[in-house]
Amino acid sequence: MTYGTTVPHSAPFPGPQQGHTTRTGPAGSGSQSPGDLPRLLPVHGAVPVDLRTHLSRDAAPPYFGHSGKLIPVLKAAGLTGRGGAAFPVHRKLQAVAEARTQPVVIGNGAEGEPASDKDKSLLWISPHLVLDGLQLAAEAVGSQAVALYVHRNARLQERLRAAVAERSAARIDVVPVEIIDAPPRFLAGEESALASRISGQPAMPRFKPPRVFERGVVGRPTLVHNVETLAHIALIARYGPAWFRAAGTPKEPGSMLCTLHQADGQRDVVETELGTPLRDLLQLDGTQAVLSGGYHGAWLPAAEAARMTLSNEHLQAAGAFVGAGVLVGLPADRCGIAETARVARYLALESAGQCGPCFNGLPRIAAALDEVASPRPDPRAVTDMIRWAGLVEGRGACHHPDGTTRFVRSALHVFRDEIANHAEGRCVDPAREPFLPLPADSALDEADWN
Amino acid sequence: MKEELRVDPTICSGHGLCAELLPELVTLDEWGYPIVTRGAVPRSLERHVRRAVTDCPALALKLLPVS
Repeated sequence: MTYGTTVPHSAPFPGPQQGHTTRTGPAGSGSQSPGDLPRLLPVHGAVPVDLRTHLSRDAAPPYFGHSGKLIPVLKAAGLTGRGGAAFPVHRKLQAVAEARTQPVVIGNGAEGEPASDKDKSLLWISPHLVLDGLQLAAEAVGSQAVALYVHRNARLQERLRAAVAERSAARIDVVPVEIIDAPPRFLAGEESALASRISGQPAMPRFKPPRVFERGVVGRPTLVHNVETLAHIALIARYGPAWFRAAGTPKEPGSMLCTLHQADGQRDVVETELGTPLRDLLQLDGTQAVLSGGYHGAWLPAAEAARMTLSNEHLQAAGAFVGAGVLVGLPADRCGIAETARVARYLALESAGQCGPCFNGLPRIAAALDEVASPRPDPRAVTDMIRWAGLVEGRGACHHPDGTTRFVRSALHVFRDEIANHAEGRCVDPAREPFLPLPADSALDEADWN
Repeated sequence: MKEELRVDPTICSGHGLCAELLPELVTLDEWGYPIVTRGAVPRSLERHVRRAVTDCPALALKLLPVS
């Protein structure tokens, strides 16, 4: 199926299907007892939680009255970032809290990944958890400058401004929150691109060092947290580390939001525990492969995915990772190479165009994939692609080239039988109806990065 | 040196002067962009490295702490 826009204008998230489920455990016959899920989403349906409901369920944000006090609580909880990198949250806070100049705190709700809906859904349904988390993080690092960077959707941004105004009137927030528009670019949510945008420049990544926690928005130490991470912070501050660790695994504690794309086309945002078996999240019958981690993630054969859990412990060993919880089941009757080629072209177009290796290499890799997706392709296409992948890795200002080559390399491995098929002039799906979701519009000029 | 040579790829426009001045540490890829050897700069190359950093027309070369 195709999606006309990244975010629908006429329906709440995640998309044309009203697919918010708050599935708390195994989708199959089920044997797990996951305790107190859902945590971030309401118990029934996708009805947005207003301030009054939020306060009656979770009470006002538990300010500590002193900067720094939240940090050991988060350390004990073992919360890692939910934006994809899974960096320990307490360490980011600690680094910014130690800064000698006034820090800035940004909630990252850009969600540039086309296959991910969870941040938009969370902001639509449970904005107050995110906004609580922002205030608590600001208190922890001693910040007076706070903003929420939000995917470009007028309805969502309007709703968030209203929520902020309501909290301000009720004197719940200590620091005023600015709602800032994120351009609809794949890289708009990259930390340094976010810092550039909020500093008044295009949302393009910068070379590191310095990292944004040292010098970010207008040169100030900047704490950037994914909006889901902020929601977890808001709950851990109330209910404590032991409560948080009651879900998940000892090494990877807690719950997380996932965007699931089933082989039959159903698309849902669910909250689940880390360590949940993938076969309990995705319907794997009739599926040939699973994409884990979005378009910078990796393909896994379905049989392998069936033995894995939603954990970096399993997924990293297979060259994939949990990331921001995007899981796609590719039906057996689709061409994995053609799907990968479509996405690779999108990723090439989404290069910021700043770094020579990236803006030279990614389009060439995409073109080579198109070649491999055609009947009786030029045999040099695969060897060229692999050479170019080696040339772009690690040579950009950000991880766009690395993520793209991870995705492409995994396809060359997982779909090697299909590649052999193409060499003999055959394809499992000559019709080529698109399956992986992509936005209708791509960046056409520099203005699209503002 | 406790520093390594890095190139800021957002500034580099592929002039290629670095590869001429410092072939021991810099080669050019097939598009003319520098591939820079990571790791602490050997003492014997210190002067040449500093010259390359100064002479880069785009000021894209930097000496940074080894990461």
